[in-house]
Amino acid sequence: MGCIEELKYEVVLSQASFKECREYVKEHFAERYEVEPGFRIFESYIIGLPPIFVGVEGDMVVFPYTKPCHGTFLLRIESPEEVGRLRSMKQKKR
Amino acid sequence: METEGAGKGERTALLLLGCPEVPVQMGIALYLAGRLEKDGVRVTMAGNPSVIQLARVSDPDRHYVKKVMNLEKAMADLIERRIHPDLVVAFAHNDAGIAYAATVRHVFPSRLCLIIFGREAEELAKLAEFDCEKIVERAVHNPGQLKKKIDGVFGWAASRS
Repeated sequence: MGCIEELKYEVVLSQASFKECREYVKEHFAERYEVEPGFRIFESYIIGLPPIFVGVEGDMVVFPYTKPCHGTFLLRIESPEEVGRLRSMKQKKR
Repeated sequence: METEGAGKGERTALLLLGCPEVPVQMGIALYLAGRLEKDGVRVTMAGNPSVIQLARVSDPDRHYVKKVMNLEKAMADLIERRIHPDLVVAFAHNDAGIAYAATVRHVFPSRLCLIIFGREAEELAKLAEFDCEKIVERAVHNPGQLKKKIDGVFGWAASRS
């Protein structure tokens, strides 16, 4: 998952639990999508306990990124492509 | 697991290790790898670069761990169904470890054994509500009780080795 670390990202939550990241997305993003564990995003895979939410705000994607030693980070990355892909999914907003 | 080095019909296991900060993890992983290999199972150990270095330094002649793999590559291969081990053993002593195991459960239909250890083992076990064989022990430095439970689950309880 080194690809994500090479992108320009903003850390929304740092070294959090997976649940904290999920609750943050639920509370702060009216536009959010439920994805499966292993969902591919930015050439990487989302690691997590379902339900997993990815938030969208304009062209920004907000998603959990889990590292074995540092817990889960909630990252914000600008990507009209990923936003378009999420919006085109059949999965309804939750 | 249809990976390099595994013959056709050979049973395979993938050990997914978490952060190596809790001492019992590497001892138990080496023990498990050695016992499984003795039972004829080809074992691959996956972890972050520190885990791989620990395995290679602890077992320089590769008596216990024949093959190692980067954790992220192992997860990608499981998710994309490029590997099909008969058994996955996931190690978890923190929230991230449970998240990795949950992801494995979602994409991997066969036997998943989840070893939960460390000071918060019982609390972490409550998060693992998905279907798997759970081995839970509040072990940090001393692997004795955890080994006993593993021996019970894998049918090695009668052995003295």
